[in-house]
Amino acid sequence: MSAPALGKDLTGLETLSREQIQLILDTAEPFKEVSERAIKKVPALRGKTIVNLFFEASTRTRISFEFAEKRLSADTVNVASTGSSVSKGETLVDTARNLEAMRIDMVVIRHGASGAAQFLGQRIRSNVINAGDGKHEHPTQGLLDMLTLRDRFKRLEGLKVAICGDILHSRVARSNIWGLTKLGAEVGVCGPATLLPRNVHELGVTILPRIEDAIQWADALNVLRLQLERMQAGFLPSLREYNRVFGVTTERLSKAPKDLLILHPGPMNRGVEIDSDVADGPHSVILPQVTNGVAVRMAVLYLLAGGSPDWAHPGGGGGE
Amino acid sequence: MDDRALARTLARMATEIIERAHGTDGLVLVGIQRRGVELAARIRALIAQSETVQVPWGKLDITLYRDDLQTVGPRPVVGETSLPDLDGRTVAIVDDVLYTGRTVRAALDECSDFGRPRRILLCVLIDRGGRELPIQADIVGHKVTAGPGDRVDVLVSELDGRDAVELVRP
Repeated sequence: MSAPALGKDLTGLETLSREQIQLILDTAEPFKEVSERAIKKVPALRGKTIVNLFFEASTRTRISFEFAEKRLSADTVNVASTGSSVSKGETLVDTARNLEAMRIDMVVIRHGASGAAQFLGQRIRSNVINAGDGKHEHPTQGLLDMLTLRDRFKRLEGLKVAICGDILHSRVARSNIWGLTKLGAEVGVCGPATLLPRNVHELGVTILPRIEDAIQWADALNVLRLQLERMQAGFLPSLREYNRVFGVTTERLSKAPKDLLILHPGPMNRGVEIDSDVADGPHSVILPQVTNGVAVRMAVLYLLAGGSPDWAHPGGGGGE
Repeated sequence: MDDRALARTLARMATEIIERAHGTDGLVLVGIQRRGVELAARIRALIAQSETVQVPWGKLDITLYRDDLQTVGPRPVVGETSLPDLDGRTVAIVDDVLYTGRTVRAALDECSDFGRPRRILLCVLIDRGGRELPIQADIVGHKVTAGPGDRVDVLVSELDGRDAVELVRP
């Protein structure tokens, strides 16, 4: 029995079909169990070489990818921009071509520029997986959020998910919006007007101006990290102000018509966008998200490594 | 082979498993996804009837241990694996058809990642010949001689609506 192919690269959820997203989520299910085994390793990607190319700081995502790769028996190399020839001014394509000359099979890339993963995927033969590119997408985060929601609600169709915080700069928000709407969920966005994209309604989302509106409306809140560097850029008056107006607190949640599931992609600013007793509370699935992250990434690596008819032709990227 | 012949064969296999394992103590049945799982469930029910013992059992999906994963193109769907403790047990691996032996090779590798069974028995409903690896079954329901182009279809009512074994010659 074989499944529909995924294409050469995973650059975002915007370019995936509903069926392809469903396939990744369904494939992630059996991989959850692999991480529960005494020997947490299967030979599926034995002999494959994967480079984790991280041009931006990351702990959770990089470690999660590395665990996923190792649990599939792939050989992995980590390249960070500091301490590599990137800091000597080498371009992205030259770095990748050099890696490819060493016969690697896959590249997991995080980069500050939107579109970096697609750019790379079109220029090298190896599979490319986007681990976050600028303000564009962070597809595996979107997928693990969806898997966590599906675990708890047993469905995504008709589910109301409010994404709260800095929507404007968030690749997590964009991947969630694309993925969830394709699978039939309703998405709301909530945040200060300065941190909402100008034409956000064109993405088919409901705008929730106040956090109280989001709490009334939603089945689940996906609380984004407030990137502290936004403060200098003048998007917000102060952190305390943000917490007072948009912070997810126990008191606010107590007015919800039902218990809301709480997600957060991490790392958290406790006491800013989310209070500690919410983050550690009974409805928080922040740690199950991390567990699911490994399973989703294993599923993506497994599916992409299978190859597809256009594998040999660079330029077929974008997961079409 | 029709449903009654299949039932008789499974009953004989269940008896043989208990004989070869010297009783049901320490016996574990492991079905290989997907039809091996259904056959293991039936053999378990037959053992429960004759011995009044519920032997522990599990499901094994060998997809991630296949030796042709690099060449099969689009990836096969991965099924559920759930196994009880295998350490020191007599593990009876149950599958529908034994052909090249590659599935069994993968199942043996996967089992040894889960524990160290005292002994592993291989039980197959149909042995169709055509081995590519030095593997043989301990308990065989029926032997058939099928050519490389032939198909042996094992149908079980849980998945296919009826019980039967069919040799398809294209």
